[in-house]
Amino acid sequence: MRMSKIVRTGASILYPFIVIFGLYVIMHGHLTPGGGFQGGAVIATGAALLLVAFSAGEISGMVRKSTLMGQETLGLLLFIGAGILGLIMGAPFFANVLANSGLLFGQAVLPGPNPGELNTAGVLPIMNIAVGVEVWGGLAIVVMYLLSTIEREGA
Amino acid sequence: MIESIVHVLVLVGLVASALMVYFFKDLLAAALAAGFFSFLISLEFYILQAPDVAISQAAIGAGLTTAIFVIAIRATTRFEEDTP
Repeated sequence: MRMSKIVRTGASILYPFIVIFGLYVIMHGHLTPGGGFQGGAVIATGAALLLVAFSAGEISGMVRKSTLMGQETLGLLLFIGAGILGLIMGAPFFANVLANSGLLFGQAVLPGPNPGELNTAGVLPIMNIAVGVEVWGGLAIVVMYLLSTIEREGA
Repeated sequence: MIESIVHVLVLVGLVASALMVYFFKDLLAAALAAGFFSFLISLEFYILQAPDVAISQAAIGAGLTTAIFVIAIRATTRFEEDTP
């Protein structure tokens, strides 16, 4: 079953905007509603939209199996690395050693009511990025394997 | 006032789309009605001040589940048989 031209054009126009919105949700996870899981699920929805509109062979340049598997591995390694970073600095496992340190995401939170600064919260944004990359790869590869198995059986 | 009107509209739409899923013979239309049900559920979560859950529900329920249903319909038949 081949999708119509309207669906295919709409999917390829919408895909970059969905990816940008998902990355925004991941990046602002410690300030606004949402976080790693929600943003990763949004991006995986964009990949699923492409996979439904086209066949798996046509979009091998945009959504690739090896990239998605690498993303899963990278996300898990980054998450456990953020946990071990606390042990390296001589603090408990998963301790927030980067907060208020002046390094990456280390700015102190301003007092009083304010909209929030992106460069705060220490380890939390790194964990959000790790979970986001991992969920993106995991949920997209589920849909991708489902589709490619169906296409190989010639339905 | 306007908030309770929207609330009642969402609840009526939930019941209507759930009935649509049951009565449609075209399975693609039924899958899209299930996706619309999930979208209304996420709107309800947002009205009840849980935006976190609303984003998850909109992405997983309305997006990924519908995509999986559409792929499954693509591999099987589109119309439901009359005899069980």
